[in-house]
Amino acid sequence: MIEDSSKFELTDELKIKIDKILDDHHHDFTQIVGVLIDVQDEIPQHYIPKVVAFYIAEKLPLKLSVIYDCITFYDALSEKPRGRYPIEICDSIACKVNNNEFLLGALKDLLGIDFGTVTYDGRFTIEKVSCFGACDRAPAVRINKIVYGPLKTKEQVRSLLEQFV
Amino acid sequence: MQNISYLTENFGKYDVFSIDSYINIGGFQSLRKAVTMDGDDIATILSDAKIKGRGGAEYPMGRKWSQARAVKRPHHCVVCNADEGETCTFKDRELITNDSFNLIEAMIIAGWAVNAEDGYIYMRAEYSHLRPRILNAIKQAEDRGFLGKNILGTNWNYKIHLYSGAGAYVCGEGTALIRSIEGKAGRPRMKPPFMKQSGLFTRPTCINNVESLSLVPHLLRDSTPYLQVGTKESTGTKLVSVGGNVNKPGVYEIAFGTTVREIIYGLAGGIQGNRKIRLIQFGGASGKISDARILDIPYSYEAFAANNLIIGSGSVLVIDERTSVIDFLRYTQDFFLHESCGQCTPCREGNRHIRIFLEKIKNGTYTDEDIQTMKTFAKVMPMSSLCGLGETAQNALKSAFNIFPEVFASRKQTEAVG
Ligand SMILES: Cc1cc2nc3c(=O)[nH]c(=O)nc-3n(C[C@H](O)[C@H](O)[C@H](O)COP(=O)(O)O)c2cc1C
Ligand code: SF4
Ligand code: FES
Repeated sequence: MIEDSSKFELTDELKIKIDKILDDHHHDFTQIVGVLIDVQDEIPQHYIPKVVAFYIAEKLPLKLSVIYDCITFYDALSEKPRGRYPIEICDSIACKVNNNEFLLGALKDLLGIDFGTVTYDGRFTIEKVSCFGACDRAPAVRINKIVYGPLKTKEQVRSLLEQFV
Repeated sequence: MQNISYLTENFGKYDVFSIDSYINIGGFQSLRKAVTMDGDDIATILSDAKIKGRGGAEYPMGRKWSQARAVKRPHHCVVCNADEGETCTFKDRELITNDSFNLIEAMIIAGWAVNAEDGYIYMRAEYSHLRPRILNAIKQAEDRGFLGKNILGTNWNYKIHLYSGAGAYVCGEGTALIRSIEGKAGRPRMKPPFMKQSGLFTRPTCINNVESLSLVPHLLRDSTPYLQVGTKESTGTKLVSVGGNVNKPGVYEIAFGTTVREIIYGLAGGIQGNRKIRLIQFGGASGKISDARILDIPYSYEAFAANNLIIGSGSVLVIDERTSVIDFLRYTQDFFLHESCGQCTPCREGNRHIRIFLEKIKNGTYTDEDIQTMKTFAKVMPMSSLCGLGETAQNALKSAFNIFPEVFASRKQTEAVG
């Protein structure tokens, strides 16, 4: 089950982290995209909960509508909670012609999930993304900024997943 | 086949986290030379080398710089486009990974040449692991007085800022990119005003791709090896990103004039399992396609133009016989459907409808009228779309009409045969 984002608790600890990120970006509202990416990295489920968006809007300050325009426009930003290790599978041409279908099948099979769901332990989600510039390692996935590929056998996929506990 | 490393000369030669090791191999000599020169003379060097922008639009770089200089409004800025969103294109990644200081030096020279006060690097979020090396290079260059106030005693002040994209292909388009840096969603805007007059934060803006910029310090140091290679219209070298069904996908530096065959079978090690080539796409998702018939043409702007191809971002995507033409077109169409910002109707709806027609062809349920309508859409989209995305989205399809007419054969014919 995907956790309801309204239940997300904005802890003092997270507030301090967000304040630090805003400082690093000099409270410059033009850097909102970078701010949101950095904040998203601090949240274990890699998304921007509503309370966090409100907090940033107030602190920066910036209109909430601008923040949501960005969150909904940019693929790298998410409104919905994701796994602790979101598996981004490249669905562009170089990976397609190197049988990313097999890779996708292996992932779904091993994790027992489809797009839009999280594994029972909250570890993984599977997401299709456009080419991330690792076409020389096709078919590839990207997990928390690190590229893994080429992944051609189920064994390779299994041992990759086992690294994330 | 001759191996060439002009632009890639520094790869592996220094520690990209240490400015001293960069200086030891001659780093910042070009900047020292540049600040003794007039910006127009620097632009002339680029024009003499006939450099066309490496980001995709192939605009003459020397001309862009002299036009930028000529704009009299104050507060110029330079933007480095490191969004690298074209599919099967990963050369900028290699330049940033292996030669980050050279890019910083190039940005400073560009700033000097166009009288800029600020430089911005816009790098795609997918390359965020490369941020530390760029930030470090900026910091160390500041500490040594190559950036900041009164650079090299010239009384000129210049800073470089690093901004991150967030996974939108359209943000590689100039006006979308600047909106993204300004802290907005990256939807392209109408031109004019042109970037050179009113770009980032409404300041005069000169925007170049990573590879275009990276050439500059090398050319200032010694342009002779560059000028000696290439063809009549395409001087020098180019980075190509070769991928798809080749044995050795990767980034290779080639002299213009190298044949496509040498690139695919020489450098990239030929096709997986020795299969036949179904098609080759040049210049990323927005590029055009052909098949094995062009293997022996030279990789150059003029030969490509004569064969209805484009160099564009320099990608060479090779697809073998396992993938059908129609599947390739469907995948490409999925990309544009996903990446269109949806702001203007021809692009948003055109992409959607062409996707439906392609699906019908795949399933064999199309009519002759469908083909006609699809051809009309493919013609109208470039004429009526607001930005380059909608203008180029049907490049692959339109070249497929010429190269693979059988895929779009009339129903009457196919039924007669079948
Ligand atoms: C949809 C679209 C995406 C683009 N993506 C990129 C890109 O990722 N990198 C790039 O350098 N240029 C890209 N361009 C081209 C830029 O708009 C611009 O022409 C280029 O950055 C100028 O630099 P250059 O003259 O050095 O090539 C894109 C253009 C369009 C229309
Ligand atoms: S052509 Fe497409 S991507 Fe460009 S502005 Fe229009 S809808 Fe957006
Ligand atoms: S096509 Fe998959 S990373 Fe480029």
